[in-house]
Amino acid sequence: MSRSIRALIPLFLFAGLVALLVFGLGNDPRKVPSPLVGKPVPDFSLPELTDPSRSVSDEDLKGKISLVNVWASWCNSCRAEHQALMALSEIPDFQIVGLNWKDESRDALTVLRMTGNPYDMNGYDPDNTVGIHWGVYGAPETFVVDRKGIIRYKHIGPIDKQVWEETLEPLVAQLKAE
Amino acid sequence: MIPELGHFALILALTIAIVQAAFPLAGSLVGNRQWMAMARPLAYGQFTFLLIAFACLVQAFLTDDFSVLYVAQHSNSLLPEIYKVSAVWGGHEGSLLLWVLFMAAWGGLVALLSKDLPATVMARVISVQGMIAIGFLLFTLLTSSPFERLFPVPADGRDLNPLLQDPGLAIHPPMLYMGYVGFSVAFSFAIAALIGGRLDAAWARWSRPWTTAAWVFLTIGIALGSWWAYYELGWGGWWFWDPVENASLLPWLVGTALMHSLAVTEKRGAFKSWTVLLAIFAFSLSLLGTFLVRSGVLTSVHAFATDPERGLFILIFLCIVIGGSLALYAWRAPEVSEGGRFDLLSRESALLGNNLLFVAFTVLVLFGTLAPLIYEAFDWGKISVGFPWFNKMFLALAPFLALLVGFGAATRWKHDEPMRLVKLLWVAFALSIAVLAITSLPTFSGGHLWVPIGLALSAWLLFSHIAIVRERLKNKQGWRTVVADMRGSGRSFYGMVVAHVGVAVFAVGVTMVSNFEGEKDVRMSPGDSHELAGYRFEFLGAQKAPGPNYQADRGHFIVYKGDRKVTELFPEKRAYLAGGMPMTEAAIDAGLFRDIYVSLGEAVGGGDWALRLYYKPYVRWIWLGSIFMALGGILALTDPRYRTARVRASAPAGSAVGARA
Amino acid sequence: MSPLIKTLFLAAALALGTAASAYTLEEFEFDSPQQQQEFRELIAKLRCLVCQNESLAGSQAELAQDLRNEVYKMMRAGQSKDEILDFLVSRYGDFVLYDPPLKPSTYILWFGPFVLIGIGAVFLLRTLMRKKSTTDQDLTDEDRERLRQMLTAEGGKTDQPS
Repeated sequence: MSRSIRALIPLFLFAGLVALLVFGLGNDPRKVPSPLVGKPVPDFSLPELTDPSRSVSDEDLKGKISLVNVWASWCNSCRAEHQALMALSEIPDFQIVGLNWKDESRDALTVLRMTGNPYDMNGYDPDNTVGIHWGVYGAPETFVVDRKGIIRYKHIGPIDKQVWEETLEPLVAQLKAE
Repeated sequence: MIPELGHFALILALTIAIVQAAFPLAGSLVGNRQWMAMARPLAYGQFTFLLIAFACLVQAFLTDDFSVLYVAQHSNSLLPEIYKVSAVWGGHEGSLLLWVLFMAAWGGLVALLSKDLPATVMARVISVQGMIAIGFLLFTLLTSSPFERLFPVPADGRDLNPLLQDPGLAIHPPMLYMGYVGFSVAFSFAIAALIGGRLDAAWARWSRPWTTAAWVFLTIGIALGSWWAYYELGWGGWWFWDPVENASLLPWLVGTALMHSLAVTEKRGAFKSWTVLLAIFAFSLSLLGTFLVRSGVLTSVHAFATDPERGLFILIFLCIVIGGSLALYAWRAPEVSEGGRFDLLSRESALLGNNLLFVAFTVLVLFGTLAPLIYEAFDWGKISVGFPWFNKMFLALAPFLALLVGFGAATRWKHDEPMRLVKLLWVAFALSIAVLAITSLPTFSGGHLWVPIGLALSAWLLFSHIAIVRERLKNKQGWRTVVADMRGSGRSFYGMVVAHVGVAVFAVGVTMVSNFEGEKDVRMSPGDSHELAGYRFEFLGAQKAPGPNYQADRGHFIVYKGDRKVTELFPEKRAYLAGGMPMTEAAIDAGLFRDIYVSLGEAVGGGDWALRLYYKPYVRWIWLGSIFMALGGILALTDPRYRTARVRASAPAGSAVGARA
Repeated sequence: MSPLIKTLFLAAALALGTAASAYTLEEFEFDSPQQQQEFRELIAKLRCLVCQNESLAGSQAELAQDLRNEVYKMMRAGQSKDEILDFLVSRYGDFVLYDPPLKPSTYILWFGPFVLIGIGAVFLLRTLMRKKSTTDQDLTDEDRERLRQMLTAEGGKTDQPS
């Protein structure tokens, strides 16, 4: 190799580094993809939030397309997301299943009473026993589950109009067609 | 008014930087002596205006001027005076200003101290410093001005992060920045040499003391940070391989390689283009560190409040500075001759080995730090790379380095005889093997594999250098001449010895504390006792203790060894009035051979406390070793060789021209 | 405190350490010191997902507490270290491990640097050792004259760093 080409190597290496850093700037290091995508939902059974005598389990997620939404009354972004969920609850194509995470049932019920209840059912998980099995690390998080009970997608952070239209809506349409 | 003055001074400094970047360099190219002569006064002016800007910011902090956004965010009227000063560099904007100030200070020092530098070289060096300053000043003024006003003016400030209200943290960033920025001098010399198209022994001679000085600062800065983390954070560790820690280690590693490589270039005229590349890398990695810390690209415990706009700005700046200098390198380096022939067994080879290992360490740290990003970029999944990975990787290479240092320091330039080395070092080698054998005994090593290896390597470092010193003294007629030797050109030799022995001390510390430390999480009621590593910790209870800007619970412990009282310890748990963040203030009984360390966790009711007890053998040796390394650097720095213009001293470089082995 | 606010709060010029500024210690009971030691080592090598860069052992985030509890429960239920790690990885991904296991997807992580270093070493050695075959005559007369001038006349006088 000639000397002049050799002298260019550091520059090439640096160009590679810059490409990586440009990628890094547009990348959110805090988002952790879930290894559960493509896997069946974990077995679980939780008391229903509004009616503790009933229970919510993995069986309830089969046969229907579901959005499993992790939320809590102490979570500010969940409140921001609430309106969007209310709007989504009008759509008949899927059910919205809440996972009320690390919350007090009283506070959670107050939120639902004051701002409306978009959930078809709500698992109450105050001690994060089921949350850990779902790999939940924050609220809000939303899992999209298909009719066979397979987790197809995980959205981290609140759902808003843009997220719905660009990501979730096409996915739900696709699942519906399957 | 004063903050505006500071802002104005910054703008003036930028103006000066622009002139500084353009005229002296242009003068050196067209041969205009007057333009070249502008270099010195411009460097002084640059420093003066930045000092004014900095003084304005300090003044704003001291007078609690909360109409300045940055002051309101990082200070509080209750904050003790001393921390009001250190709060100046407690956040992104102020620390950036400190960085630029130091940059100008180094430039000013070059202008002041390098009186005998040829005018063209001086002009180019100062111009390059000016170019870098332009980038940082633009960054400060456009995205991160510390002088921005806040309206309405808050009644009080948000307070300095309690973690930073600590003497260690008050001086750690300045030291670190002096080190980071100090490498800009070596960088500027390298670029100046590349612009001139001439890299020679003279260039290495000029860069060498500056590189060593920056390296000393960086060594102290890193050690201070490690020491601070150890006593302030209450977790008992001294290094976590966090991206921000790695960002400070990268320029240190390359800087270490550069120091050694410069020695070869100065003495033998060899490795020239390689050395210049290292000089570019050392400062580039300082800049990269700044980017990593301030852009939010990586998750770190102590990232600055990050902002993609700032990240993009620094990235563009990085591209210009590093890309530009590497392009210049690619253009000029092929013309550089690689003079100075040497044999396989020679000091040159040993230093080449040193360079290889340090660059390897750099690759490891850089790769490990960026690996999560690389994995995400190629969609290979999201991974974490933490201390277990770094420890394993470092341990794989460290023994080679330790072995090499002992041999390398003993070898002669150009050519050495194997038998001479064997004669010189066999005793040291035998003693180290003896240490290996003794410490391998299970009663001593406790079954830890790395205990005998680490200690034997430390012994090797120590004994080989004793042998090397003995040989030198024998040639100089005994120990009595050591003082005279120290006054003369022996200083850099003794500097090397002290620094290398520092490595041994450091290695002992790391080996001992990693393998023999003890740690216990306990719940204690007043009157309870707990045993750890032969020490009995008696808890007498905790009481309220008010501080200037915090409320504390202060625990009281008496530590016994057998029946003998060793010490009393008063760990605190503080709640700062502004911000309300709880802080653990560990109590440490420090000793040369062990630290006893108690940190208060939570009150768990009924006067009971959850706490953590630590026993840390030889942990001080880690920082003691670092101090030795820094002292070694200082000794080498004061070598009269760098001060007097003796023709004799330049003979080795001359040998690159004429002599032949 | 949310991790974001904590980050902003920590907006600081630090370079070292981890921000375990205060911590909650759960009271875990163990059958033996060995088990306690094993537990410690395990949680030190697991990442707290919501924190900036802290281990489960060092973090006081709520999620970290929950996960510590889970690890403790599994350990008490007699599960092995590998079973516990497998469980956490199946839920949270490899990201949770500070010590990524050696498997095909991490070959690059574990061997990549050595390959890079190897290539670099061969390259550097080849370049620099080439001078064994060259002579010292590769300076031109002009070069030599200039060097001599620099080092004897003005260049020999150098800077004063102290």
